Amino acid sequence: MTDILMPALSPTMEEGKLARWLVKEGDTVKPGDVIAEIETDKATMEVEAVDEGVISKLMIAAGTEGVKVNAVIAQISAGDDAPAPKTSGKNKSSAKGAEVHTRSDAKADAAGGKPDDSATEQKARNDGHRLRAPEQKVAAAEGLHDPTLPEGVTYKKTAVRDALRDAIAEEMRRDETVFLMGEEVGQYQGAYKVSRGLLEEFGDRRIIDTPITEYGFAGLGVGAAFGGLKPIVEFMTFNFAMQAIDHIINSAAKTLYMSGGQMGCPIVFRGPNGAASRVGAQHSQDYSAWYGHIPGLKVLAPYDAADAKGLLKAAIRDPNPVVFLEHELMYGIEFDVPEVEDFVLPIGKARIRREGADVTLVAHSRMVKFALDAAEDLAGHGIEAEVIDLRSLRPLDTATVIESVKKTNRIVCCEEGWRFFGVGAEIAAAVTEHAFDYLDAPPMRVAQRDVPLPYAANLEKLSLPNAQDIVAAAKKVCYREVE
Amino acid sequence: MAAKKSGAKTRKPVSEPQKAELVQFYRDMLLIRRFEEKAGQLYGMGLIAGFCHLYIGQEAVVVGVQSVLDPDDQVITGYRDHGHMLACGMTSRGVMAELTGREGGYARGKGGSMHMFSREKNFFGGHGIVGAQVPLGTGLAFANRYKGQDNVCVAYFGDGASNQGQVYEAFNMASLWKLPVVYVIENNQYAMGTSIARASAETELYKRGISFEIPGEEVDGMDVLAVRKAAAKAVQRAREGDGPYILEMKTYRYRGHSMSDPAKYRTREEVQEMREHHDPIEMLKKKLLDAKHVTEDDFKKIEAEVREIVNDSAQFAQDSPEPHPDELWTDVLVESR
Repeated sequence: MTDILMPALSPTMEEGKLARWLVKEGDTVKPGDVIAEIETDKATMEVEAVDEGVISKLMIAAGTEGVKVNAVIAQISAGDDAPAPKTSGKNKSSAKGAEVHTRSDAKADAAGGKPDDSATEQKARNDGHRLRAPEQKVAAAEGLHDPTLPEGVTYKKTAVRDALRDAIAEEMRRDETVFLMGEEVGQYQGAYKVSRGLLEEFGDRRIIDTPITEYGFAGLGVGAAFGGLKPIVEFMTFNFAMQAIDHIINSAAKTLYMSGGQMGCPIVFRGPNGAASRVGAQHSQDYSAWYGHIPGLKVLAPYDAADAKGLLKAAIRDPNPVVFLEHELMYGIEFDVPEVEDFVLPIGKARIRREGADVTLVAHSRMVKFALDAAEDLAGHGIEAEVIDLRSLRPLDTATVIESVKKTNRIVCCEEGWRFFGVGAEIAAAVTEHAFDYLDAPPMRVAQRDVPLPYAANLEKLSLPNAQDIVAAAKKVCYREVE
Repeated sequence: MAAKKSGAKTRKPVSEPQKAELVQFYRDMLLIRRFEEKAGQLYGMGLIAGFCHLYIGQEAVVVGVQSVLDPDDQVITGYRDHGHMLACGMTSRGVMAELTGREGGYARGKGGSMHMFSREKNFFGGHGIVGAQVPLGTGLAFANRYKGQDNVCVAYFGDGASNQGQVYEAFNMASLWKLPVVYVIENNQYAMGTSIARASAETELYKRGISFEIPGEEVDGMDVLAVRKAAAKAVQRAREGDGPYILEMKTYRYRGHSMSDPAKYRTREEVQEMREHHDPIEMLKKKLLDAKHVTEDDFKKIEAEVREIVNDSAQFAQDSPEPHPDELWTDVLVESR
């Protein structure tokens, strides 16, 4: 008897829906036969049998949602009428009962160089640093600067990707000049499914699939912005935007200045930024510091779904070029989003996610999660950490950080990117400059190790910063023993 | 992305130029020539700094093409842009004062020679990165299409830029989406100091659109009337929704690539041959004289008028104050909605 396991169909998949069985118990299958269809948040995939045999049991009913990767979904016996081999250990299976293929084409992932891996990858997926709990609640302190929400406002659980989609859709309904362009944003429904459903609503005049030519379509988008439109340019990931960075900086960010204020460029460049999972060095880089360096740009990097929505809407309305850094590993995570009409947040304001008097933890994007986890851990050690979610890197809300440091006298700057010339370096410098007399310890930084991101699971884990790194740094600035 | 021409207005067809127009072309070309000569002088005097790329020799290209555009069509080019701005109707004073980095310049001194713009005249730069104007101009054409307007964008670039990868990314999308853009390749034979034969595997640049199904043709870029004729066809085609077109203008710059270029990569004879036998201004002048449209006295009058404009702009560019120190901090971001 061989177990067929729920396969991981993308680098970030943790669960999926078993949409349909194409076989029933007692059917004979041979390698290559399609036995089931699985829906992830990104695509519908077909599962093929790898072994020859008879389907002896379907363990998961068709239509079941939330089937965890590596769960046993069916069992297959060795051959026609042959009883299950007695010799095999009860739980020991090859874990290779099935193989997966995308039903449509695998272009999006392949274009990104992302192997659409089969079941062979799934064993190596239990790395501890990845976000595990989609139910992660926002028990955050209210943002200091956000518009006051009405009494009795209700919240809707929304995944980050859907919050982004809602923001785009709302702004497109509101403003005819807003359009979305990028690779696979239309017919494919988005490489990461952020643009799901938009083509159907807005049509191909406003949801535009581009060739895989980042430099060209980024430039075209900037030209369209000069021409009076408000483009949203999606990069499949910001790694690929390096080919377009010339237009982002030289054409979009500088032209207003060079033209003496004549040539505004209202454009949003958005897409996933930072480390994904097991995709190696070229597909895992945090560009926060790169874009944060450039006058003429605004740079946003939200953490949760509410901020993603409110800030993306603000970015689309902003008359300036905005780089909007999302995070692939956050797309599927649900948060409460307030159900208010036109939820727009101010750009350039940090959010205090947790209050504390002993140490300030500053983070943005996915690192906020680790900072919150670290704060929880630290609380167990009697250290009350204040967690500041920057949300906006340019403009940077240094005032909120400095106020916090004046209270806590200690700071740990957390970022997923490299430490050298990084976001943390900037914040540490600002704090040193403006709150020097309040500091009881030198500012510390938690960042990615100074190497290209490795592929191997253990090395990747060693390279990326995590909650424990933040705990250790926080203890250090509090002059507490680090275990 | 179906072609939309709902916002199209009736446009006057481009006709055979009459005497008055021919004289105007002469005058426009002469203004560019004299303006650039003056700019060269001011550069020599240290009043203009940095990079300064003169258009002398290429005047027929921009004057011919602009003569078939309407004021609401868009123009974008690279850094050899002074001629384009004058041909778009931007003032000599504003351009020259930008060259001297003064408050009276089009960008109040913050752009300089290579980065100048005029929203009012639909001139979208003035771009310092080789080839950048090609996707940008294609984007302007995209906006025309999106808004349902029948405007055309003309994107000028050089033989050097024609080897840039982004040019082909833009070609592909322009043809795929049938965008109203005309690509004018100003082939002046030298990409800085590298002759076209030394840099391009295919030196007939009008063929560069073949693999994108963009038709192209070679044009005598020293003959303003040939330029006008070819441009009229290409612009009309784009305006009617038939997509992009490539015009390769065979032209020549008399001066170096920029003011700091001694142009040692070509012979004096080569330059002399172009000046004596193919000069766009002299050729048109001869045509006008032969047709007895204009007398030598008329030409003297035009020359005097043009010199007056140029001298005035040079004076203005020197008298205009440097930008106020507060200008350092303005225009980084659009502050208000």
